[in-house]
This record gives sequence, structure tokens and C-alpha cells, in this order.
Amino acid sequence: MSTAEIVADAPAVMSPKEIIARRVAQEVEPDSLVNLGIGLPSLVANYLPEEVNVFFQAENGVIGLGARPPEGMEDVNLTDAGGGFVTAVPGAASIDSAMSFGLIRGGHLDMTVLGGLQVDERGYLANWMVPGKMVPGMGGAMDLVSGAKRVVVAMVHTAKGNHKIVPECTLPLTAARRVSLIVTEMAVIEPTEDGLVLRERGPGVSVEDIVAATGATLIVEGDIPEMRLA
Amino acid sequence: MKRAVKAAEAAELVPDGAVLLIGGFMGVGSPHRLIDALVARGAKDLTVVANDTAMPGHGIGKLVSAGAIAKAVVSHIGLNPETQAKMIAEEMEVELVPQGTLVERIRAGGVGLGGVLTQTGLGTPVEDGKQIVETGGKRYLLEPPIRGDYALIAARQADYVGNLEYSLTAHNFNPVMALAADHVIAEPEHIVPIGVISPDAVKTPGVLVDHMLERRAA
Repeated sequence: MSTAEIVADAPAVMSPKEIIARRVAQEVEPDSLVNLGIGLPSLVANYLPEEVNVFFQAENGVIGLGARPPEGMEDVNLTDAGGGFVTAVPGAASIDSAMSFGLIRGGHLDMTVLGGLQVDERGYLANWMVPGKMVPGMGGAMDLVSGAKRVVVAMVHTAKGNHKIVPECTLPLTAARRVSLIVTEMAVIEPTEDGLVLRERGPGVSVEDIVAATGATLIVEGDIPEMRLA
Repeated sequence: MKRAVKAAEAAELVPDGAVLLIGGFMGVGSPHRLIDALVARGAKDLTVVANDTAMPGHGIGKLVSAGAIAKAVVSHIGLNPETQAKMIAEEMEVELVPQGTLVERIRAGGVGLGGVLTQTGLGTPVEDGKQIVETGGKRYLLEPPIRGDYALIAARQADYVGNLEYSLTAHNFNPVMALAADHVIAEPEHIVPIGVISPDAVKTPGVLVDHMLERRAA
């Protein structure tokens, strides 16, 4: 199939966020405990097959986070970490913050999906502040990146033309830990001891496009397949 | 047996300049009637330890708007632009603490531990000025305990012993904070006769609770 045909195919109508969410959904292992960050990462839940039997944790205090309730069915005491109304699935558990972060730091959380401002060649993530501009605070992000078994960064590849995948983060780090995977609408990149390895291309995107949109050095070996989307 | 007090009476107990531990996560599980009463009595110079400052006009955000807070020790202020503006204008001091570290520091303060060793924050601005401890071949940050003068706790229901039961994601920091202050004021939605709350359902034993608000008006 030529690049032109791929571009004309279904993925061309997908937004970057949908591409990212559909690709990250494939990283979710059956029977696992997963924490999705607010915003883009939360979209991942929309693309999971029902049979994966995943429990989602919301760090404000529920294991077994469910979909948004129908209007009129909201419980003021049941929200996600962004404060939005949610439901709890059968088998859910409500927990306090000490238990919630005990699960995160204690290695009981199989995977977290977080947004990113920058990721660098060491695989270090910065996602909690832009000095002088935006200081939202780290919330649970530092604990999640330090403690989860797998950390997947889900973010658009560039921000208003600026590189987000950079040689070294210029923003304050979230943790000095190498994240497991970076998924953007253009690429799937795996941080390794040797550097950032390009694993997959986005729909209709060439390796040259990716390299040009990436501030960091990418390790490109052999044929880079196009990502399959859930 | 504990006597239930009115919100305004409870707010009079809390002096200006006090260190308050306030339960809640974006206002869910926050003691809203106590917060309203503190705003109404014009409380000031408070240090507030909480997960976040909620949003303007909601929960702890009302204390921010009223100028009642001198210092906030929180993990997140992203949904309250007013807190961010006051921090930048230096009208309010803000100490940002990772959420899991914050709850464990409060727990340490409440259960008689001298601090917490955690890897969260290593290699980030959180480690500035803190001692690093190596043990078991790993590096940890030594995080100090936190205690408050008053803990303001929201619960689903209380009995007249002061036993507290919580609801869903309204647990959050409440059960831990109830351990870590010299005086604990609980704000239950309902007060039920002794025996109605099963011992298995009690998350905060009544021995920790000093004062209890009247139940919410219907």
C-alpha cells in the first residue's frame, strides 16, 4: 500500500488524540490495574476490548472506575481525579489516599498513562510545571512515574511547532526514572539505556517526518512499521 | 457521648493563624459547612494542609477567595487560577508536595513516626534542601511528618461516640488527617444512633474525634 493510499484510509479522519489513545489501548494488558491521567490519557479507556478485564484506578480513591453516569444518576461522592462524575464497576473498591498511593508506590500498579510536556533522551519525563507560566502542581504524577511498573507517556509529538521530545528536559523533571514508552500521533518510541529507539510510525508518517519533528536523537534501525490501531 | 455543635460554634474554636488539615479532593469529601463558617467568621492567617485548593467558589477555594490562607501545603492547584495568581503575587505561600508523599507525611505525623523515606521526588525540585538516606542499596528522600492544630474532616455519617464512616471517593485524605491534629472536628452528613454503624464499617474510631457538627439541614 502506498503512503497516499494510507493517508486516504480511515486513520486520516482520526484526530491526533484518537490515534494516540487507540495505540496506547493496545499496551493495556488483560487483568491488570491501570491508572489513566486526566485529559488525553483518559481517552484510552474508550478503545479497550471488553474482554480485557482491566481495573482502572483513580488516585482520588477508587479501583474499578467506570464510565460517566447518565444525567441525574451522579453521586457527588464518586468522581475521578479530575473531579468529573464517574461510576464504579461491579467489584469496585473505594480506598483512602494512603491506600491509593500505597498501591502506586508499592509496585501494585501495572501501568500508568500520563501526558507530557517534555521527554528527553534519557527517557525522563517533565509534566508538572512551566516555571513562571504554569504551576499546576505535581498532584500524583511524581508518585505514579516513580512507582508504576510501566509508565506510558501519551502526548502530541510537538507543541505549536516546538519540540517536546528533546535532548535533555529544560523543564523540572517529574521523576529521574526512564519511562517505558512514548506514544504520539507520529511515532512509538521506546526509551532504552542506549537512547530513544523508534519502534513505529504513525499513520502516513515517514521516518524522515518523525526525525524532523523530534529534537532528540532517535535510534532508527531497519524497517520501521506503521502502528496498528485498536 | 458527644454533643453536636453548630458550624458557627465550631468555627469559633479555630483561632486565626492555626494549622488546619482539611479533607477533600477537588471539594469531594471536604467539610463544606465548616469552611463556610470559617469564611463567615473572617478567619485569617491560616495554614491549610490539603490535597488541593479545589476551584474558586468551591470548597477550600472559598478560603482562598476570602484571603483566609497565609500558606497552603498542597499537591495540586491546577484547577484554581486564583491560588496560582495569589502565589505569583506573593499574597499566599504555596508549598507543593507530591500527593502520595503528602498523605504519608500526614500519616507519619498522626501515628508517631519521625518521617517518611520515599523515592518520589528524587531528581526533581522536591528534593531541594532535603536529606537523602541510603538504605538497602537504594536512595530515598527523608520527608518530615506533618501535624495540624485542627483537622476538619468530612464523613458520610457519625454516631454519638464520634465513630465515622465515609463514602466512595470522599474518603481521600479524611481518615489519615483525623489522626494527625491536636483537635479533630468532624462534619458528618448524618448522625445516627450508637450501634447503627457496624464496627467493621468504622474507618475513624470516635476516640479521635473531639467535636462533631450537627447533621446537615434537610
